[in-house]
Amino acid sequence: MFRNQYDTDVTTWSPAGRLFQVEYAMEAVKQGSACVGLRSRTHAVLAAANKAASELSSHQRKVFRVADHAGVALAGLTADGRVLSRFLRSECINHAFVYDAPLPVSRLALRLADKAQVCTQRSWKRPYGVGLLVAGLDESGAHLYYNCPSGNYFEYQAFAIGSRSQAAKTFLERRFEGYNDYTPEQLIKDALSAIKETLQGEKLTSSNCTVAIVGRKDDGTVEPFEMIDVKRIQEIIDSMEAAEEAPAAEAESSSMQEEDKGTDAAPMDI
Amino acid sequence: MRFGSDSDQDPWQQPMDGSHASGSKAVADGPGTQRTQYPYVTGSSIIALKYKDGVIMASDTGASYGSTLRYKSVERIKAVGKHSLIGASGEFSDFQEILRYLDELTLSDHMWDDGNSLGPKEVHSYLTRVMYNRRNKFDPLWNSLVIGGVKKGPKGEEKYLGMVNMIGTHFEENHIATGFGNHMAIPILRTEWREDMTFEEAVKLVEKCLLVLLYRDRSSINKFQIAKITTEGATIYPPYSLKTYWGFAAFENPAQGAVGSW
Repeated sequence: MFRNQYDTDVTTWSPAGRLFQVEYAMEAVKQGSACVGLRSRTHAVLAAANKAASELSSHQRKVFRVADHAGVALAGLTADGRVLSRFLRSECINHAFVYDAPLPVSRLALRLADKAQVCTQRSWKRPYGVGLLVAGLDESGAHLYYNCPSGNYFEYQAFAIGSRSQAAKTFLERRFEGYNDYTPEQLIKDALSAIKETLQGEKLTSSNCTVAIVGRKDDGTVEPFEMIDVKRIQEIIDSMEAAEEAPAAEAESSSMQEEDKGTDAAPMDI
Repeated sequence: MRFGSDSDQDPWQQPMDGSHASGSKAVADGPGTQRTQYPYVTGSSIIALKYKDGVIMASDTGASYGSTLRYKSVERIKAVGKHSLIGASGEFSDFQEILRYLDELTLSDHMWDDGNSLGPKEVHSYLTRVMYNRRNKFDPLWNSLVIGGVKKGPKGEEKYLGMVNMIGTHFEENHIATGFGNHMAIPILRTEWREDMTFEEAVKLVEKCLLVLLYRDRSSINKFQIAKITTEGATIYPPYSLKTYWGFAAFENPAQGAVGSW
């Protein structure tokens, strides 16, 4: 009668050792439009593909400033994402009030993950249906974390989440080794290229993406988390397209990789 | 500075048998609890200043029970974490409580095991919040605290020296003196302090201040402790005494030239 007897509440295990509700929440992340994040030693960049729900509506915001030194990009249920970014903001502001110093990014990601974890262990709760890329700056440099509804979190050099993010990941995997020494400008370009991979033929313009950056200049001064101006994004996109056309457009290779579903991934695998 | 100077409200005139509850000064915190509203065992001045390699801090090792010099060998300067020193004037048990708070903080940093640690600026800010919060509960921690330290920041090594007192007043300075030192040592520090002092010069200056305090502050004793904090960490030196000279004319005949009845 029931297709699955083990997915009616979050805390019930399947005999195979899986928590279906948690996995469903992780599926929700894949439904949202894509986000990418990447970092050098000194800067971290977040970018998101914006998709309007209908022709008549505007898109939802997917990139949020948390504090001067940190921000998030989210994929999945944006409503859940807003709740979590408000939580992050209050954690940061409380830490700043008490210690007069920014909350280290690793601690920020940890608190977020702990909050998500609680939802996987309480029968009266549901997991958050949102994945967050947390980018920020602290004493040890720039950082990028991915926070999953399961309560797992990982640090990355570069990562992508959301629908068709596999294409962006493939792009990033080819190039991440040089990212540590990238300039902010180079990071932004790669972020845009990665986002473009997820659009599947749709044209990348400044109106269907958001880019934000945080980092530290060589002299130690902080460049606070900031959305990059629409005009500047368009300029960068234009310059990228110009550069692409110059060396005889190298056919849109066979990069039409679909998402890697189908494979029997281990339950907690991202 | 450290405790109320109105003679008719002198804490030492209050009964010590716990009958504060009937007095207007006591604050009851629900039934059955009664908090200390006055200092009992107090330490005197702390002197601290930045020098070339870090921050130096000094005090005597005395603690008074009222005006009785009751304890002669207490450490009023302690290391906090890896980057800071804290020195305290005022109520000694309140200082011990503050040390417990700070231990808790550094221990939890250690347990997170993520490489993050509190620098002197963070410790100072934290203590500012604690002190002001307790003052607002009318249950102050009866201290003047000095926080000094060095920590590597994005712009290189950064020296830090700040203080906070029992009512939450707080500031940063190149040289700080609490208690009687605020009156007696600050003028000396203002004229003689330099940014690029060597440790030896700093010790000389600090000793000059301590000696003046020894001559003029009745609650100071001739047993001093010096501590320094640099990038290498904190060093608290064993106590020692200074050579005194009581043959000054003003000491021989203090009443001479003094206008007044004494």
